[in-house]
Amino acid sequence: MLYSILIYEPEAVVEALSKEENEARLEKHRAIQKALSEGKRLGPVAKLMPTSSAATVRSKGQKALVLDGPFAESKEQLVGFYCFEADSLQDALAIAGQFPCETGAIEVRPIEWFYPGDQVES
Amino acid sequence: MSLNDCIQAQITAARPQAVGALLRYFEDLDRAEDAFQEACLRALQRWPKEGLPDQPVAWLIRCARNAGIDEIRKTRRWVEDDQFTGSQAYVEDNELMIDQLRYRDETLRLFFICCHPELSKVQQIALALKVVAGLSVEEIARAFLVKAKTIEQRITRAKQRVGQTRMAFKAPTEATRLEYVQAVTTMIYLLFNEGYAASGGEAHIRQSLCTEAIRLARVLVRLFPNLPEVLALLSLCLLQHARHRARLDEQGEIVLLENQSRHLWDSAMINEGTVLLEKALRHGQVGPLQLQAAIAATHARAKKAEDTEWEEIARLYAALETVEASPVVTLNRYVALYQCGRVEEALAGVKGLQSELDGYFYFHGVHAALLKALNRKEEAKEAFQRALTLAATPAEKNYIAKELEKL
Repeated sequence: MLYSILIYEPEAVVEALSKEENEARLEKHRAIQKALSEGKRLGPVAKLMPTSSAATVRSKGQKALVLDGPFAESKEQLVGFYCFEADSLQDALAIAGQFPCETGAIEVRPIEWFYPGDQVES
Repeated sequence: MSLNDCIQAQITAARPQAVGALLRYFEDLDRAEDAFQEACLRALQRWPKEGLPDQPVAWLIRCARNAGIDEIRKTRRWVEDDQFTGSQAYVEDNELMIDQLRYRDETLRLFFICCHPELSKVQQIALALKVVAGLSVEEIARAFLVKAKTIEQRITRAKQRVGQTRMAFKAPTEATRLEYVQAVTTMIYLLFNEGYAASGGEAHIRQSLCTEAIRLARVLVRLFPNLPEVLALLSLCLLQHARHRARLDEQGEIVLLENQSRHLWDSAMINEGTVLLEKALRHGQVGPLQLQAAIAATHARAKKAEDTEWEEIARLYAALETVEASPVVTLNRYVALYQCGRVEEALAGVKGLQSELDGYFYFHGVHAALLKALNRKEEAKEAFQRALTLAATPAEKNYIAKELEKL
């Protein structure tokens, strides 16, 4: 079954991480991606820009209203996600456990429906 | 190692908000900073063992406040238990829960203190790096490439200045908030520029000043996510800083925009800067930073130097002249005209700016380049020589020296 992993972190803290720590984290991500990819289990992966770059559309009566910022103010923000194939929730949780999460949280969320889309260039 | 690093990052991230809250409580910058420092030491002892608290910022503020009060008790002979309650304006809430708006104003005030009009540009920047960003005196000295003692004196004097005027400690009102934001925006922009093109010293680009400016701009954007000029500040810093790897060659020599290897530009920063600018422009309130960011974005869009839309850039500079007239902006508009092929017109315009910009390095650089383009070699030489005497960094000197050789 397909699972997603949603990574939540306080943005201000992530910005304050040292270069070395950032590099160490990236290294962990690359290792996870490599292992999943070798098992042909890795789907799309994305790192999101900070929420300051976000805009939110809500409907107001007949009109769509565009607001600056993310849809919700929260202590931690969604900073990125993975899609991957796992045998069971337990398997998915074991993979989630490999992610660095000293400053935030990792949500494991099964995917109900998935369309791989076109191969858009990054 | 990793946990400690994360704790350090928590502390760095908490600092503007926490010191802002403590400043409001104690109305004394040194005491607020010392109390926060004490709380950080305790966090570094306790968090590795106990794990991070649920609300690290609130934890640090509470701990610092208690430490600060203890300190006051020690130095005064006697203090009634409830005699020290901080400023009257401070309404304490039970759990110190995050009251977004109050924290926003407290953080803004902390920023604003560093922009006191009686402080020089360099004092403002140094104070902001120390107080808001939390850099040590040594780190600031390294960033400015001066002795730690010089920075120490600069900060002490700046703090004395600020401390003498109670006004600085007043919270912004509805009417003054935008004024505060504007002053802070300008200060962060100055900080960025000081890193982008150093006004002296050995290094032409002081990276750490640029990255600190970007970090502080991000703090400001989080406080005011829908003020177009604040969004534009972050956008502009990102768009300019995106080029930093291409702006100097391996020998540390200046590489002009047209000769830069564009694959060295940081596309993630350009993308983020471009989106932020677009968000800012949606508000329909054009300001100087939005126009400058739009100019930077136009450059960033060009895949090759020849693709640069110079007409658009000339138009943007003309718009900038109407909202923020300055001879430097006009000079840049003439550079854009020159790039559009209107060399004679550009040269005539530049000559008209001589009296105002005679002490400005770039003025003579541009003047010389225009003369060179028109094959007026002797006059170009003269202008380059004038630029040489005004160069602020070795990279600027070497660049002009090379241009002179080529003539």
